Amino acid sequence: MKILVPVKRVLDYNVKVRVKSDQSGVDLANVKMSMNPFDEIAVEEATRLKEKGVATEIVAVSIGPAQAKDTIITALTIGADRGILIQTDQDVEPLAVAKLLKAVAETEKPDLIIMGKQAIDGDNNATGQMLSTLLDWPQATFASKVVVENGEAQVTREVDGGLQTLGVKLPAVITTDLRLNEPRYASLPNIMKAKKKPLETKTVADYGVDVTPRLKVMKVTEPPKRSAGKKVADAAELVANLKSAGVL
Amino acid sequence: MAALVIADHDGAHLRDTTHKTVTAALALSSEVDVLVYGEGVKAVADAAANIAGVRKVLVAESADLKQDIAEDVAALIIGLAANYDAIAIPASASGKNFAPRIAAALDVSLLSDVIEVVDGSTFVRPIYAGNALETVQTSEAKKVLTVRTTAFKAAAEGGSASVETIAAPAARAGTRFISEEKVTSDRPELGAAKIIVSGGRALGSKEEFDAVIDPLADKLGAAVGASRAAVDAGYAPNDYQVGQTGKVVAPELYIAVGISGAIQHLAGMKDSKVIVAINKDPEAPIFSVADYGLVADYKTAVPDLMKALG
Repeated sequence: MKILVPVKRVLDYNVKVRVKSDQSGVDLANVKMSMNPFDEIAVEEATRLKEKGVATEIVAVSIGPAQAKDTIITALTIGADRGILIQTDQDVEPLAVAKLLKAVAETEKPDLIIMGKQAIDGDNNATGQMLSTLLDWPQATFASKVVVENGEAQVTREVDGGLQTLGVKLPAVITTDLRLNEPRYASLPNIMKAKKKPLETKTVADYGVDVTPRLKVMKVTEPPKRSAGKKVADAAELVANLKSAGVL
Repeated sequence: MAALVIADHDGAHLRDTTHKTVTAALALSSEVDVLVYGEGVKAVADAAANIAGVRKVLVAESADLKQDIAEDVAALIIGLAANYDAIAIPASASGKNFAPRIAAALDVSLLSDVIEVVDGSTFVRPIYAGNALETVQTSEAKKVLTVRTTAFKAAAEGGSASVETIAAPAARAGTRFISEEKVTSDRPELGAAKIIVSGGRALGSKEEFDAVIDPLADKLGAAVGASRAAVDAGYAPNDYQVGQTGKVVAPELYIAVGISGAIQHLAGMKDSKVIVAINKDPEAPIFSVADYGLVADYKTAVPDLMKALG
């Protein structure tokens, strides 16, 4: 069984987000970039399926600038077998990403696509569902448990007010939630090995997909700041304040 | 130009996130219809017909729709899309599951987590966990948006829309419903609660979390929330999680107990009207957003608070 894992290079989740003063976007110059955390969980899950003998090959694919190669190498370090970089400096929107991934899936013919439920930059939470729609493969989003057997993935999903378990026939698209697993740390020997794994570079034109943005970003601003209020000495003073604020 | 709102409900009751999504839709169109899907949802449809400003309520019922499978729900809505210029969906886990399918099928962008409708084609949405706000403009004919309901006021009651039953298409091909596990509670839902008491990692164990947070919540008639750290440590179930990766809430009063205030948690509660922080570390970031901060160990502060509440 072959698994395709899309991975995105994003601002590291520990880095403070700075909005550019000209309101054109978030400042990404000279800051640490990493693999989107939800995608890391996806690579880890694929790797565990391979270690269990369920999967035989894992292909990591990224769409982004030349530096997204590093993101693919991270995936190869965790356990992917080879990588595909679709190199572009364009900011590619979820629908166009889904179209590119559909084209990749049509040539690679994976049995399963596992990907993050959202990227922590755009926070769209859309690409997996869009890809499932375009491919007409079943979807199971927000996975907290995945079991693959008999040509089906049984996926436990985080839903409003609890959990839902679905069986989806392969090929299918699964998106990961945080509790699915805890990704392993990269060991030095694995980093060395990853650098020797095959990594192919393609262009958007190779797949014939129009990635022209549909949305025009008018501005990016900082959210209104909430300022610190006052410190109270004890519970009694707290209750008195809450009563006069009208919330108790 | 008409707009369709997808109702959010638990099978028996309409959630006020529906009313809030109607408010967002009314900013796009004066002709707003509401779709209620599920099984045995007549009472929910009647409640939706009562929302001021709603023109018509569409009801689709089937055993399949009750299971809320994305493929089924999206197919139902795509079948109605020709009649609407905008489709507004509450940004719940359910809405986020099927909304992108509709956008992809219509070959348009998804406008995720909209917090402001500037005009018919311009929208504001949070990015980077709410650390930045993006204003985007679309020239696409149809708008598919999910609505961050905490950012909108609930539309009032007092409408008298007609209710019309529509057919429910069968759509799922490769998906099989296996089971569902819903947490039942007498407490208000996190998304709808006026008061929320949230506990963090400082509580140290599930037993302590339950012993400290639950009584305070019950005394205040509040919902219980938790930080991601507390959920990850197993002190509270995942659907208690408030934050970027959990629920985004905006109650009248939010009480954070033993929560340090990681960025990802703040992203989920900073729009609350009044925030109270109880933490023994005076440097905890939660104090930077709290209206009232009590620097104290929760072990003494919460019992004191219970007493002071009488």
